[in-house]
Amino acid sequence: MSARSRELFGLLPVTLLVTAGFTAVLITRSAQTGTVTITYGAIFLGCCLFAHIFIRIRLPDADPYMFPLAALLAAFGLVMIYRIDPSFALKQAGWFVFGLLLFCATIVFLRDYRVLERYRYTIAAVSLGLLLLPRVPGIGVNSNGAYLAIHFGSLQFQPAEFSKIGIVIFLASYLRETRDVLVRGRLPRISLKHFGPLLLIWGMAMIMLVLIRDLGSSLMFFGAFLAMLYVATSRISFVVAGLGLFAGGAVFFANHVQHVHDRVTIWLHPFRPDLVNDRAYQIAQGLFAQADGGLFGQGLGQSLLTVTGSNGQPVTILPAAKTDLIYAVITNELGLFGAAGVILAYMLLVERGFKTALISHDGFSKLLAAGLSAVVALQVFVIVGGVTRVIPLTGVTLPFISYGGSSIVANLVVLALLLILSDASRKAPAERGGVV
Amino acid sequence: MNRQIAHLFGLVLVLFGLLVVFTSRWTIFEAKGLQHQTANRRPLLEEQRVPRGYIYADDGTILARDVRKGKGSTLRYVRTYPLGSLFSHAVGYSFITQGSAGLEREENDALAGRHNEFTSIVDELAGHKQEGDDLRTTLDPAAQRAALAGLAGRPGSVVALDPSTGKVRVLANVPSYDPNQIGQGTRQAGSSLLNRATQGQYAPGSTMKVVTATAAIDSGRYTPDSVVSGKSPKIIGGVTLSNCCTEGSGSFGPLTLTQALTDSVNTVWGEVGEKLGNDLMFKYMNRFGFDKKPPIELPSGELTASGVRGKGGRLLGPSDDIDIGRVAIGQERLGVTPLQMALVAATVANHGKLMKAQLVDKVVAPDGRVRDTVQPAEVTQVMKPDTADKVTAMMESVVKQGTGTAAQIPGITVAGKTGTAEVANGTANQAWFIAFGPVPNPKVAIAVTVERTQGEGGTVAAPIAKQVMEVLLREHR
Repeated sequence: MSARSRELFGLLPVTLLVTAGFTAVLITRSAQTGTVTITYGAIFLGCCLFAHIFIRIRLPDADPYMFPLAALLAAFGLVMIYRIDPSFALKQAGWFVFGLLLFCATIVFLRDYRVLERYRYTIAAVSLGLLLLPRVPGIGVNSNGAYLAIHFGSLQFQPAEFSKIGIVIFLASYLRETRDVLVRGRLPRISLKHFGPLLLIWGMAMIMLVLIRDLGSSLMFFGAFLAMLYVATSRISFVVAGLGLFAGGAVFFANHVQHVHDRVTIWLHPFRPDLVNDRAYQIAQGLFAQADGGLFGQGLGQSLLTVTGSNGQPVTILPAAKTDLIYAVITNELGLFGAAGVILAYMLLVERGFKTALISHDGFSKLLAAGLSAVVALQVFVIVGGVTRVIPLTGVTLPFISYGGSSIVANLVVLALLLILSDASRKAPAERGGVV
Repeated sequence: MNRQIAHLFGLVLVLFGLLVVFTSRWTIFEAKGLQHQTANRRPLLEEQRVPRGYIYADDGTILARDVRKGKGSTLRYVRTYPLGSLFSHAVGYSFITQGSAGLEREENDALAGRHNEFTSIVDELAGHKQEGDDLRTTLDPAAQRAALAGLAGRPGSVVALDPSTGKVRVLANVPSYDPNQIGQGTRQAGSSLLNRATQGQYAPGSTMKVVTATAAIDSGRYTPDSVVSGKSPKIIGGVTLSNCCTEGSGSFGPLTLTQALTDSVNTVWGEVGEKLGNDLMFKYMNRFGFDKKPPIELPSGELTASGVRGKGGRLLGPSDDIDIGRVAIGQERLGVTPLQMALVAATVANHGKLMKAQLVDKVVAPDGRVRDTVQPAEVTQVMKPDTADKVTAMMESVVKQGTGTAAQIPGITVAGKTGTAEVANGTANQAWFIAFGPVPNPKVAIAVTVERTQGEGGTVAAPIAKQVMEVLLREHR
């Protein structure tokens, strides 16, 4: 069976899942299933089929599992968002379609992705600029103390979602070129040439901590950088030094920047009586929701998100359910098994990304594939780790699942890049006459 | 670079493994702890999505039921109490924001349909919706109304039960509250939330002499015909005690114990108490249930033990420095609940056998199946049946020709004992009456108390007891 046919078959269970999911939610909602659910399933299948045919034409040799896995996560996200608030599911579906268009555009315009290397400094500058946009007065949005979004009218946009792509591209290109310099000699010498870039990126992460005030996204960016640095140089000493610097900086800011300090305090003491109904409300309620999930969960559509208070007004008992805490909703409704299944899906997707990195032929491709996979993995870790109290909770999205246009669109672009890289890596031996 | 990429993937596996470990921690290993966090309203909210069982009176009147609100994921059931404040302290309430009390709290597992983990998993797999069980209580609305009518707004309490089974017919307090108003978030006066019948700490006055008489006769130290000097004043506990100011006033000559109970002569019972001593008095008090929370299906926080209380409310024992002569006549630092005194009367009525007080008669499944019938439970044999017969005869005399004549019911033999304890530095009385009837086969035992009244037990409390007993006995025929 060809790679593309495997991809097509992979999409079938996804479609079944989205149909079954919508049915389950609708049944709990008001017992009016009818044709609506079939329609949702059919539309989703149509979109995926379109993307599949597009991949079949443009990237015939690309990895067959990546797209179905991403579609699975996106479909699952749509069901969850629909379950939380149907009106947002419609918007999210719109963003998904827009994301697929951008996905196709990326594949068309970046057929030769190596041109990216040529514009690496431009890309880096634009990415940094994007990151700092939320601090620009007038368009920046402060949400829970962090500056992660900007707004144009009613549209919100999270620039970090896109700058993560740009920065990974820049790092892949930069490290490909300088890795020889970095690894020369048995021990890295303490010189600006060696540590300059590292210090620069560390400084960037620290600036993010101070300016954007988000521990999660700076951890994600800096983690991706260290991962790529390690792949490029194989020097564990860089990683250790980098982690030490980051930890030092994080501790410093945790003690000196009130917002970061608060985040750490509520992470350590979410049930402290003065915090649990106040600043720690979100994390505490997220944990309570997970506790009610148990092994198998309460069932799709059964989670308690709001209740009617004594004054008749709805009271939110799970804040940010469709964004930051969507993992808690998943755990509540599908239990430990459902949540572990989602983690497994991410694991498989990331595995395909690293596999692409392994079989790529040149340093840039390897670094880019590894970097993109690492950044997705880290993003999952940062948000799920935040919700499960492994690390302080911060406001990044759960890739493909969380509500948010920027997130789904940016992650579809990441997927497009990985598919382009995969196509190139799997095609090359054949073109050179080798055996697949 | 490939080795490093493999390492990196290994690290990702470790990180994702950590996420699964932490998810397991919250969903499985620490789930119970999280569910018991006070800030966690989910368990209570989940319960509101299950139709809660109704609570019925023994005649089938609905005391508590559910009203359905919202639909789909906002569906919830809200409690309503059709009889308002009539049974507030016995039935209690259950609301998301205000918590729960009374039977609603104590019998929550049955009402919420939580039987055990196994059956609920089976039900879930079989697609059965979880539903709460109904409670059929022993409470009697007509008698409860009679009790409240008798109290007529005066703070106090009435407890009536079946002496042979412990089934509680009346548990009435003034003031009480309307549980529906609690559900609407209306703040209730703290005093109205107090279940006086099970939490009040009142001086029992001369009703305590029933306990003293039991100790005196059951121990073999006295008989109903033993003669004791009724002179007044006497030195009891080193302090002058006189038959003054309340019932049984004046100085008497030599009296039998029956005469001394009939006229409630303090100096006789003070002397008897002192002669019996701390150990014997406490032995019988403890057998009656003093020093322990009363045995009834109400939350522990709504029950208070009766007994002699020292500094900081500590319960005192026989080895403490206590004026036992005054304990014997219901003074000293003795504080009792009306339920305890009703159980004292019931024990004598039931031939010396103390039964557990019981509010729930049956637990009925939604399909009408009786899931559980609560069997009457004996707590202990407090006294020999022969002693009980003798004390009964003494108490009959109280109603026939003594201080309790206001409780006489035509055609029926009633046994009783009045009590009048001075409170507020002698400016007001705590009026008491405990009784049972009809002798020889009592169907009702009762305790009535009225706070801070100018009247006495025989004039204020006894008529209320009579009214309530009449209602209950009429139903029995």
